[in-house]
Amino acid sequence: MTATEAAPSEVARPAGVARSPHLVASRRSRAARLRGAALLGLGLALAVALSLALGARATDLATVVTALTDPGALGDPADAVAVRDLRVPRTVIGLIVGVALGLAGVVMQGVARNPVADPGLLGVTAGASFAVVLGIALAGETGVIGLAVWALAGALVTSLGIGALARAAGDRATPALLVVVGFAVTAGLGTLTTLVLLGDPAALDRYRFWTVGSLTGRELDAALTLLPLVVAGVMVAALLARPLDALALGDDVARGLGFRLGAVRGGSLVAIVLLAGTATALAGPLVFVGLLGAHAARAAVGGHHGLLMPVAAVAGAAFVLVADVIGRLVAPPGELEVGIVIAALGAPLLIALVRARRAVAA
Amino acid sequence: MTATAPAPVTLSPDAPGAAAPALRAENLTLGYTKDRPVVHGVDVAVRPGALTVLVGANASGKSTLLRGLARLLPAHEGHVTLDGDPIERIPARQLARTIGVLPQNPIAPEGITAGELVARGRYPHQPVFRGRSSDDDAVVAASLAATDAASLAERRMDELSGGQRQRVWIAMALAQQPRILLLDEPTSALDVAHQVEVLDVLRAEVDRGTTVVVVLHDLTLAARYADELVVLCDGRIVAQGTAGEVLTEATVRDAFGIDARILTDPDTGRPVVLPRALVSPVASPVASTVPNPAKTPVVFQATV
Repeated sequence: MTATEAAPSEVARPAGVARSPHLVASRRSRAARLRGAALLGLGLALAVALSLALGARATDLATVVTALTDPGALGDPADAVAVRDLRVPRTVIGLIVGVALGLAGVVMQGVARNPVADPGLLGVTAGASFAVVLGIALAGETGVIGLAVWALAGALVTSLGIGALARAAGDRATPALLVVVGFAVTAGLGTLTTLVLLGDPAALDRYRFWTVGSLTGRELDAALTLLPLVVAGVMVAALLARPLDALALGDDVARGLGFRLGAVRGGSLVAIVLLAGTATALAGPLVFVGLLGAHAARAAVGGHHGLLMPVAAVAGAAFVLVADVIGRLVAPPGELEVGIVIAALGAPLLIALVRARRAVAA
Repeated sequence: MTATAPAPVTLSPDAPGAAAPALRAENLTLGYTKDRPVVHGVDVAVRPGALTVLVGANASGKSTLLRGLARLLPAHEGHVTLDGDPIERIPARQLARTIGVLPQNPIAPEGITAGELVARGRYPHQPVFRGRSSDDDAVVAASLAATDAASLAERRMDELSGGQRQRVWIAMALAQQPRILLLDEPTSALDVAHQVEVLDVLRAEVDRGTTVVVVLHDLTLAARYADELVVLCDGRIVAQGTAGEVLTEATVRDAFGIDARILTDPDTGRPVVLPRALVSPVASPVASTVPNPAKTPVVFQATV
């Protein structure tokens, strides 16, 4: 074949390529995406501010700022305690947990090609939480790192189990079926948890807050100790952005594009276990955060994982913080744990999502 | 191409005139379970730079063979080689830059636009942490243009017709800048106009120097477009060659179980298959005038 014969194979980049409708469109939507990202960032900042400013104890904005910058100058030292020792830790933990679960939700939905996948709904956080109970009751585990190891192991075993089940079911592993299985796993583990704790009142006491999910009673130190696990999870997830984009086109297409399914699934497992396991160790078994984070992000920026992941992380964090703030305000002087608030907000949303998808399918 | 145009984008990555890579299967046995092979010890050399069409009855192993050639299915026995190297030893990303695959029933994620979909075909060329470059954009635009889908770039996949969608998928595979393109029944579920539309795109790709292997059902269209026709029956190749050589009444009878008359298209000189009646089901497909395919697999080799 000569060069002249090959000439038709060379598609000259026309001078106007940059102005082709496709590329103009992507630039326009880039602006829209930037606006969306800015809005989300603003929303998160607002959620952080609310989390620092609102609580059972009334504190005005000036007091909050003074407590953060110069606690000694406050008239009432109780204000400083409320802001610095109570609200700052739970805000930081809420951020970490929300980011981790939002990201874990995106990775799960991507690897399972299942729009209702969520570490909570599929039973992964329940598995992590049950493992923690075992750690508390059987091994007398109390240390942060020790409990986190139990949580990660529990998340790993549950994820492997759910994954094996999904693959065994093959084409019958519909999104709905997996959620039903997840509920069954959660219910089963709940029963086992009760069995374990019935014989051990002390463990029950320590565990009580945790089962419903709560950001209180957690030390900032504990959160910072576990932060590297979440960071590692975030990094693995970032590496998965493109493989998950490819996987969204089907297993064969992904392999045709040069991705190895085993590596993608293994990486996803690592990311999910690190993110959901650590989040559970920090805040108990929260459901819906991953689902809501991922769906909010999908609605805002579409299905591109490189964008979906950071946006879902931010959305998840904002969601956890807002739910926590609502929990502080609805039943003064007491509080509603964040897990209850999230479930109350998330359940109707899940139903709406499932109904909307059925309408599309019909 | 105008003199003022910047560096040209070619959909084939190598220098023009470079020898097309040779894809071949040797004693290839494939299957979905170990004990029940679907393809039995097939030897086939894909003719470089040509449009090869795999035909055969349902469950004859044509899709399975294509999946084996594309490394979507590991060999039970024998192997597939690319320029002499066993493909399982070639790094996946590198292979994806040489062989583009369009499997049956790919999934278009909800809400994705044609342009976004085609851009994913660039992944084998992109370093892990680098975004889309302007080169990528140019290849995407060229791929869409090559499949006559440039005007669809902004449209969402779920609002396109079947034929349009299939052209976009082919554009995605082209964005990989493959030297070899493997497609599994890209025309199934399309009406005849859309089938012709898709096959014209493939013909044009072959004219640009790409090697194309495609699984088709329609024998007359296969004969019309194929440079090389490979007929499979019961997991074995029963005939390989040009459509005129291969599509005989005996071969059609053996491979498809129908009595057919073969006419010649007065315009193209290609064979046209007119099915007449089912062969009575007791007739064994192997008891035929064609040499036993299990013992004498046909290997056809040709230069460009």
